[in-house]
Amino acid sequence: MMVPVRFEWQIMKVKIIITPKKAVLDPQGQAVLNALEHMGYDGVKDVHVGRFLELELSGDKASMESRIEEACHRFLSNPVIEDYRVEWEE
Amino acid sequence: MTQVDTETELSTISDQGNASKFSFGVLQFPGSNSDQDCVNAIEVLGHEAHYVWHKEESLGHLDAVLVPGGFSYGDYLRAGAIARFSPVMRALADFAENGGLVLGVCNGFQILCEAGLLPGALILNRSLQFRSEFVHLSTVNSDTPFTKAIPADQLMRVPIAHGEGCYFADGSTLNEMESHGQILWKYATAQGDVEDHANPNGSVHGIAGVCNKAGNVAALMPHPERACQEAIGSADGQWIFRSLIEHLKDAK
Repeated sequence: MMVPVRFEWQIMKVKIIITPKKAVLDPQGQAVLNALEHMGYDGVKDVHVGRFLELELSGDKASMESRIEEACHRFLSNPVIEDYRVEWEE
Repeated sequence: MTQVDTETELSTISDQGNASKFSFGVLQFPGSNSDQDCVNAIEVLGHEAHYVWHKEESLGHLDAVLVPGGFSYGDYLRAGAIARFSPVMRALADFAENGGLVLGVCNGFQILCEAGLLPGALILNRSLQFRSEFVHLSTVNSDTPFTKAIPADQLMRVPIAHGEGCYFADGSTLNEMESHGQILWKYATAQGDVEDHANPNGSVHGIAGVCNKAGNVAALMPHPERACQEAIGSADGQWIFRSLIEHLKDAK
């Protein structure tokens, strides 16, 4: 097991996927669902349209992680109407 | 229902002779487009309005602040999401915290919700259409700085122009807002009935405008500043600015 160093510079990519909360009207999702049905794609039960962001970062991974979480909550998503998830890649 | 002839009524209670002018600030973000109309709406009623560029860190001495409509930062990411972090918004938050009067219109409503100065959020119109048309507003709470001059049962005919004007707040937030009188205006028919077909964007409960719990910050999606002259379709928007002016006078 590697002993973690105090400060570790890395180049990282993070993917942030933002989706409307279940309780919120999603007319875009409905429009896409209807179109898929009309086009003959059976078996599509629901569609949600969201937002995708890709960030390229360099810095200390541990502090970047908490900073990005904060940015997601404070700015990149609106917690009143959206949920988000973060996927890290090195 | 007899409608008050707005322009005549307002001109008979004009401010001529009143030497004391109130000072309104009108914020400007890159992409704001209804700032000039906001200034005009105030000047037409005999008071002063000044632009405040979004990079200003202080508001100076102002009696009230208007946050205008438009497409600040191109509505990138989410409408109002970037504008809410402009330097001037810190000064605006302090101003509001100290009881200062703030009125947001359209993009201004979106900015104030993103900034957490108002509850809820604005999302895509349920029809997915950009709606540019006249609507009627019914005043739900006439006991606020933004509505006190609106005569009882007076419907306001004002234009909307938005693609993301659907007001959303969850059930418990809405209950709280209702019990505190925070719902100010709802979309109504020409006869004054709040009905689904009068709702242009799918807003919950037909809500067109709200205020905060303290009652000093309010916003609406329709444009009262674009309804200040009969010649361009309606002067009903003046009632809202009249209310602000009356409140400021009462507070003196």
